[in-house]
Amino acid sequence: MPRTKTVWRSITGAVALSALVALAPSPASAKTEIQFWHAMTGQLGDATNELVRQFNESQSEYEVKPLRKGTYPETLTAAIAAYRQRQAPNIVQVFEAGTQTMMLSGAVHPVYQLFKEQEIAMDWKDFIAPVVGYYSKDGNLYSMPFNSSTPIFYYNKDVFQKAGLDPAKPPQTWKQVEEYSKKIIASGAAKCGFSTGWPSWTMVENMHAWHDQPFATRRNGFDGLDVQLLINKEFGVKHVSQLAAWQKDNVYSYGGRTGTADPKFVNGECAMYIQSSALIGGFTRGVKFAWGSGQLPHWGPPYAKATSIIGGATLWIMKGKPANENRGTAKFLKFISETNQQMWWHVTTGYLAISNSAVKNLEAGYHFKKNPDQWTAFAQLTRGKATANSQGLRLGNFVQIRDVIESELENIFAGKKTAKQGLDDAVAKSNDLLKEFAAANKQ
Amino acid sequence: MQRTVFRSWWLPYVLVFPQMAVTMIFFFWPALKSLQLSLYRVSPFGDSMTFVGLGNFTKLLADPEYYRSVVNSLVFAAGVTVLAVAGALVLAALATQKIRGLAAYRTLLLWPYGIAPPVAGIIFLFIFHPTYGVLPYFLSFVTAYEFNWLLKGWVALTLVIAATAWTHLGYNIAFFIAGLLAIPGAVMEAADVDGAGPVRRFRSIVFPLVSPITFYLVVLNMVFAFFESFGVIDAVTKGGPGDATMIMVYKLYKDGFIGLNLGSSGAQSVILMALVIGLTMLQFRFAEKKVTYR
Repeated sequence: MPRTKTVWRSITGAVALSALVALAPSPASAKTEIQFWHAMTGQLGDATNELVRQFNESQSEYEVKPLRKGTYPETLTAAIAAYRQRQAPNIVQVFEAGTQTMMLSGAVHPVYQLFKEQEIAMDWKDFIAPVVGYYSKDGNLYSMPFNSSTPIFYYNKDVFQKAGLDPAKPPQTWKQVEEYSKKIIASGAAKCGFSTGWPSWTMVENMHAWHDQPFATRRNGFDGLDVQLLINKEFGVKHVSQLAAWQKDNVYSYGGRTGTADPKFVNGECAMYIQSSALIGGFTRGVKFAWGSGQLPHWGPPYAKATSIIGGATLWIMKGKPANENRGTAKFLKFISETNQQMWWHVTTGYLAISNSAVKNLEAGYHFKKNPDQWTAFAQLTRGKATANSQGLRLGNFVQIRDVIESELENIFAGKKTAKQGLDDAVAKSNDLLKEFAAANKQ
Repeated sequence: MQRTVFRSWWLPYVLVFPQMAVTMIFFFWPALKSLQLSLYRVSPFGDSMTFVGLGNFTKLLADPEYYRSVVNSLVFAAGVTVLAVAGALVLAALATQKIRGLAAYRTLLLWPYGIAPPVAGIIFLFIFHPTYGVLPYFLSFVTAYEFNWLLKGWVALTLVIAATAWTHLGYNIAFFIAGLLAIPGAVMEAADVDGAGPVRRFRSIVFPLVSPITFYLVVLNMVFAFFESFGVIDAVTKGGPGDATMIMVYKLYKDGFIGLNLGSSGAQSVILMALVIGLTMLQFRFAEKKVTYR
């Protein structure tokens, strides 16, 4: 039996040795680390990680470290908090509603400037117009488009068949949506006609753009900070009051904000659904019935048909990072915008390919013929007649404004306010928020 | 009460220091920072701070939405407190009978307290959500009335009150069981002999004797309902529908962290703190008189 003193000595020796080994300087890692914060989850998160892995393996100087920080608002809040501590990531993914906040913040390194400084060539003209228009100021791109989508119309082909409708023909007008819904409910093929996700984005922002109606003054906010909303005018009231009326006989079934209504379509409760084109990938894998897609329904004359607006997010570069990290960041952005990566990203996730060359390649490979749903989104965005009302929105405090609009929509759908009352209240509150933003950002 | 005497003059300070440090760093410092923030208009990224004096406060007090959130908070706090305290007293009375498996029942009654509020919220979501919840599915076979709390405000408020009260039941039950067991059996037997029925016994003996505990729990539950209810609301309704479940602490989070208006958020937290301190002082002044201390 070893004596206690010897036992103690050996234990101390072992601990000391392992401490030495642990503290021994590891060979200096040659790779510069680039921190990339994003909000992608599930299948999209896997795709993001894979894209990053492809970049890391393609070269040996830089290593991009992707980190999911939470939802879009949580990621933005985290980036702001980190920036205040001078520990911001290099790249942060910010959703489109945060564009104005980021642009005027003074905390970002505009993308066009980054590329100019690093002397890396980039064909800015190759990006598709709606995406570039949304994120540029004075013709220069501020953030890198990453995952752009647009809302499209999904429908359950099996239910159409059962109700006696042609499964190859989705409704084109809102009148047809009503007609088809009533037929479907009467035949018992489904409980409700249609539902929507992201109600402000799909039913207010996009409907105004799609029907060539202004969402706000000053060219939807692009021309200045003294903006006011215009959603309580004739078109807004007409569309929202129709939705409220439809809510009463299940032609429309409100399912909550963001994507909480997705189960309504996926489990067959509602025959039709309006949501982001980014769901194509998930639906292809997860939905059990035959489904198809079409362009967003339109009211027809007297409203013209313009285009829909993009949603999703872009990558913003934070200011104040050392030059060698900036070089790595620029290389990463260049990598993800190359045609091969664009095509891969689009095919895997369903998000739009943002460069014309990528689209041309996809067309040449009959990709769109084999995946007509992907073409739906693309055609809706680029093949319509783009007008000043359909190029997107640039509003400050837009996260709160969307919240105000969705809150009032809930009041309207619950029958607590008429459409006109609710929209008037939404406009009044939003205009206050816009005034506050303008005051806080006096340029 | 005996006074503890330490032999070394520095030992008491050393022992108290860690707790004081934690309280200073995690409570007083942030509170002072909030107070400071409430007097400024801050840009999200912190690069500009303009002094606006009481501007944030006047804006809040002129906002009807803010008053609605105060009313919602009061209704919510009252609902949670009544439900959690009364419910706990009843369950504790049941858990002090001489029945088989008493230990098991007590454990099961106390368990929900260990569940984090967001988890409780998610559980309630899976039971009650109009789209994918279990209960609406079964209810649809019984009644045509849609308890769709995505649209009906009062249903949403009832749901979050019930969920929050449920999570806090365990804590209250533990205290009440202790209180009930402390009632001397002789008193109860004497009352029984005198012909007092169970209701009379409860009213005249049990309730006054547990009143110190009841008072303590009412104060605590009320404070908890104002501050710690954030988790359930965030997991279940996020302040909706409309602003039916927008309580003060959730509005404060939404304006500050989602809306990035840190000045207003700071002002709201100052008002919330003042409100709860006021309510607690009121309770100590008036309700404590009714408490029978032994």
